[in-house]
Amino acid sequence: MADATMQARTAEATEGREDSESYSSLLELFKVRMREFLREPEALFWTFGFPLLLAAGLGIAFRSRPPEVAKVAVLASAPAADSTARMLATSSGIDAQVLNDSAAARALRTARVALVVVPDANGGVEYRFDPSRPEARTARLVTDGVLQRAAGREDVYEVREATISEKGARYIDFFIPGLLGLNLMGSGIWSIAFAVVTARNKKLLKRLIATPMSRVEYLMSFMLSRLVFLVLEVGALVGFGMLVFDVPMRGSWMALSLISLVAALAFGALGLLVSSRVTTVEGASGLGNLVMLPMWIFSGVFFAASNFPAAFQPFIQALPLTATVDALRATMIEGASLMSQMGELALIAAWGVASFALAIGIFRWR
Amino acid sequence: MRNTQVLTTGYCLLPSEYCLIVPALSLSNLRKSFGSVIAVDGIDLTVFTGECFGLLGPNGAGKTTTIEICEGLTEPDAGEVRILGQTWNGNARALRQRLGIQLQETQLADKLTVEETIRLFRSFYSRGLPVDRLVNMVQLQEKRSARVGTLSGGQKQRLALACALAGDPELIFLDEPTTGLDPQSRRQLWELVQELRASGRTLVLTTHYMDEAEKLCDRVAIVDRGRVIALGTPRALIAELGAEAVVFFAVEGEPMGMEEVTAISGALGSPHAPRQTDGGYELQVSAPHAAVPALLESLQGSGRRLSELRTHTPTLEDVFVSLTGRALRDG
Repeated sequence: MADATMQARTAEATEGREDSESYSSLLELFKVRMREFLREPEALFWTFGFPLLLAAGLGIAFRSRPPEVAKVAVLASAPAADSTARMLATSSGIDAQVLNDSAAARALRTARVALVVVPDANGGVEYRFDPSRPEARTARLVTDGVLQRAAGREDVYEVREATISEKGARYIDFFIPGLLGLNLMGSGIWSIAFAVVTARNKKLLKRLIATPMSRVEYLMSFMLSRLVFLVLEVGALVGFGMLVFDVPMRGSWMALSLISLVAALAFGALGLLVSSRVTTVEGASGLGNLVMLPMWIFSGVFFAASNFPAAFQPFIQALPLTATVDALRATMIEGASLMSQMGELALIAAWGVASFALAIGIFRWR
Repeated sequence: MRNTQVLTTGYCLLPSEYCLIVPALSLSNLRKSFGSVIAVDGIDLTVFTGECFGLLGPNGAGKTTTIEICEGLTEPDAGEVRILGQTWNGNARALRQRLGIQLQETQLADKLTVEETIRLFRSFYSRGLPVDRLVNMVQLQEKRSARVGTLSGGQKQRLALACALAGDPELIFLDEPTTGLDPQSRRQLWELVQELRASGRTLVLTTHYMDEAEKLCDRVAIVDRGRVIALGTPRALIAELGAEAVVFFAVEGEPMGMEEVTAISGALGSPHAPRQTDGGYELQVSAPHAAVPALLESLQGSGRRLSELRTHTPTLEDVFVSLTGRALRDG
């Protein structure tokens, strides 16, 4: 019986019937990349969920608020405290309350009021505030205006106010392109570095090069999978910003796509470089952070890179993330043309080409 | 010289069409060191088309380094490798299409299914076996949609074999294919190797299990410290011992001195020196029916009481022991 099945299977194995199906190794490698990623729920969260949560959190924290009301206390022990408070309350820009000495001092110290008003017996006023706090200086000006006008001061000329609220100038408008750049860098480096280093660590790379597999196709499959996820990542983040926070998109989608594409490939190449020699995930993690940390800080993701001293600027401007974030911001917020961003694009591409060439040269397959 | 020797000993058990002059694999004076450690110290070997050839030796003998040099994964310091009549230099891509390789410690991607993994490997070869047939050959039909991470050790090893077979290879390298497997999984794998051998493929495998080498291999090279110390069919190697049986005995009380044991061994006409092992002594004898009574008599004569007596037919283990004075499992 055992002999019979063995012979049957042997016959099957030796049978001359050729495999009629045709296979594309690049396609199969690409499908493997997609499957490995989609079957890793944590990777999905860090790629899509986390940036959206970050955008939502910072968007809410820095949302545009109604005009600030000056919080003012009138010292209860001062003469005419109540009438002064009533006078201030008539202005919509002031929230006045009467507090005794110690309560007023505490409120001022803990920034619950910006200004303490102390009327004196001669009709004069003493203002207590911290001039280093902008809202305290504002409260002083508004309060003084109300009190002076109540005391009879006349405006010498007529003033008209025309208020605007410009989209594009808010923090969220500044932040979404920065976050987009940051995400392109993070997912480009991590997704490739972890996959490559894990495969090397498990000797899977060695097993693969024992087949006729093309090494270029293997590396290309990572790049291809990055392109697919790029569409999803950029779509999710920009779509979220536009729908939820009304972030403007003033430039062309074409320009945005091209900048994202070049950046994704460049950061993917940087990911390959990071993972080209390392054999452990811990090692890749450390090296990846070393590469990314300067860009997290200097590249103007969370605040403008121009805040750093001039001496740092040549270094900062040479970083690929700075170029990416600047180009994305110019496109989305200023509506800059693609042509005007060619310098930034060339810089990003140069990083990509150099990283890829170096990675191929020093890549350790075993 | 070695070739003619093998052919003239009447070895050619294979169907005549496989007895080609071009060997599937030939190594000459292969050397490889890692730092100050000499892993391969001048190995010459020829593997014929259609045979199952075993590299048998303890861990650290240089088997894996040798096989990885054959596979084109490790560069030798010196010596020549010819695979299917070609050298690796400049022929790697074409050669890889014709080889099936299983490495010792590959972990395939856990998140992929059995079928996806086989399909991936199949896609690397310009011709080969259909995925369905590969799944059937290694008997993983019921696991074809299971993730690799959920497979048992034996199933993983069979999957690795399916990956090695994807390109319908002429020459298959298996590095320690059954290490760490339970007895049932080992037997399943043996059966598969025998089927592959029967289908006319050439196999080269490494193992440190002598029973595996005896069971599967047409010829074995016993490797120790980077050298081939014996080469031939398992039967011929065992026959060369000149012993029909190995007798193990142990005595109660005071252990015997080796001189005393050697004297007994000599009196029994043993062709090899006796060996102390497992709290007793091992003698290789040519005629067990005469040797055992003589041994008992001799022990009684010296007032010793026997506590244990066993005999077995010699194995490759005994060949290794007689060549090195060490057991295979001692490493």
